[in-house]
Amino acid sequence: MIAIKNLKVNLGDFLLQNINLDIEPGEYFIVLGPTGAGKTVLLEAIAGLYPVLEGEVWIGDKEITHLSPEKREIGIVYQDQALFPHLSVEKNIAFGLRMRKCPKNEAKAKIDAIVEIAGISHLLKRSPATLSGGEKQKVALARALVTKPKVLLLDEPLSALDPETRERMQGELREIHRRIGLTVIHITHDFEEAIALGHRVAVLNDGCIAQIGTPGEFLRRPSSEFVARFALTRNILSGRVIGVEDGCTLVDIGGTKLRATTEANGEVQLSIRPEDILISKEPLQSTARNCFLGVVSNIADRGSVIYITVTVPPDFICIITRQALDELKLRNGMEVWITFKASAIHVF
Amino acid sequence: MIKTSGWKKPDSMSIVFILFGSLMLLFIVAPPLKTVFSSSPGTLWNTLLEKEVYSSVLLTVSAALAATLIGLFLGVPLAYVLARHQFRGKRFVEAIIDVPIVIPHSAAGIALLFVFGSNFLFGKVLNGIGIGFFRAFAGVVIAMMFVSVPFLIDAAKDGFKAVDVRLEKVARTLGASAWKSFFQISLPLAWRSIFSGSVLMWARGLSEFGAIVIIAYSASFLGWNTKVLPVLIADRFDFGLDYARPVAAIAILISLITFIMLRSIAYRGEKA
Repeated sequence: MIAIKNLKVNLGDFLLQNINLDIEPGEYFIVLGPTGAGKTVLLEAIAGLYPVLEGEVWIGDKEITHLSPEKREIGIVYQDQALFPHLSVEKNIAFGLRMRKCPKNEAKAKIDAIVEIAGISHLLKRSPATLSGGEKQKVALARALVTKPKVLLLDEPLSALDPETRERMQGELREIHRRIGLTVIHITHDFEEAIALGHRVAVLNDGCIAQIGTPGEFLRRPSSEFVARFALTRNILSGRVIGVEDGCTLVDIGGTKLRATTEANGEVQLSIRPEDILISKEPLQSTARNCFLGVVSNIADRGSVIYITVTVPPDFICIITRQALDELKLRNGMEVWITFKASAIHVF
Repeated sequence: MIKTSGWKKPDSMSIVFILFGSLMLLFIVAPPLKTVFSSSPGTLWNTLLEKEVYSSVLLTVSAALAATLIGLFLGVPLAYVLARHQFRGKRFVEAIIDVPIVIPHSAAGIALLFVFGSNFLFGKVLNGIGIGFFRAFAGVVIAMMFVSVPFLIDAAKDGFKAVDVRLEKVARTLGASAWKSFFQISLPLAWRSIFSGSVLMWARGLSEFGAIVIIAYSASFLGWNTKVLPVLIADRFDFGLDYARPVAAIAILISLITFIMLRSIAYRGEKA
């Protein structure tokens, strides 16, 4: 297990502080946050590459806070791979073994094994300059993994790749992680990447951890407006609890009364995921407790999906497929019904 | 049918700039070429065989080499620190490094005497262990080093800056100590800049006159009271242009040939 206790790091403009993480052996842990949140510095502090002001870093029962990077047994892969440009792929991968004075025969066996897992046996004699982005990423992974680190740190490893390669690499990362069973801390600003790969996710904002949880918890129960926005929850509304009716809490949002399952009182903020809102031309016969008539006020085409804004008021953003758009023949100014369950509303 | 070709008619601005640029190149190239070709190969050879001349060549070349090696040993670590670390007063340190470029070199010679002369500071200590500077080989070396080391430090600093610091960080996580990371990653990747800086330093040292004439007008070398080439040329010029010209041509040839050879090594395999 890797444990980070009350870590404090000076980032110049602000502090990374109160960082507490307990990551289980073999866990794929994601640190999610916007650009400039201090994600890379957190990774470098764990690796011993950035000075720590306060706090402790533990791997298992060993404190490594003040251990030099080469003694920590932590591998790192950066966004732009940072392959040594003056060394061939083979020498890049062998570098760590050479530094650790691994006997030649043993080193060869280890390199053969890792390049087989990464699927890069055919690249060994190549220069890094001749590799594609995906190939470079695999070489960087192989280089980090060949020394069998206790923890692998991935610093936005997929950000520099084109969308197709990124998706393929996500699958390959999952497969490599499954085969090796290593503890991974992966940082990214991409929520969908975090959901696709992470067992658990920590969201970093302004130098502090805003929330730690499973991807499902982020989707359904964001702890703050920031987390909700980062989790692409497009409907974030402010209202006031005005009472209870039929076992549901009534929340007044500018005159529209939503039925939610919450025990909160007074002024509240709530979120509803766009995929939880159904859109129809007629009122739906269902058990859903919220059904409102509204007007289509915006249709935003995002290629594979379409975001529809329905003004009740307030504005609700729903997500539909292209096929549904064609079938419903939606256009701006058209009257439609929106329906969602009381349990789809998350109050925070 | 329109025929296309790679040649594009230059515009008026390009023509004017090329003309001015050519004049500038001519200004740089004409004097040394004229000097070299104004002496016959036979005259140059006979001049080179004079003991005063070949010992001068050896003194100049070897002192410049020694200065460059010491500059590498002390200057490269400083360049690395400046490239990698932020600290209070860094700009001041960078300005100090370039001071030898801006002060008159004869004044630099006087300044060096104040520190390395037998009655002063380091000079007293080093004289105590048998290393003298006034009118000595060591004096030529420190004079050359003082005026030329900024070229090496600045080039090495730029070279280290161009090496992505994350390469060093990755190397550390892979088990390399700070020393190994420096020697296995940073130095091999910055070598071209360091080598170019060394060539510049060596060439600049080779041509130094002002500081050397103060601290070591002549130095005991190969059992002979020897002057560096720039001082020898100036001395011979007192006896007339014809007497100085072959030595000047030899100095130019040695500098140019070595400079071109070393530059071609530094830039081998690198596209312009």
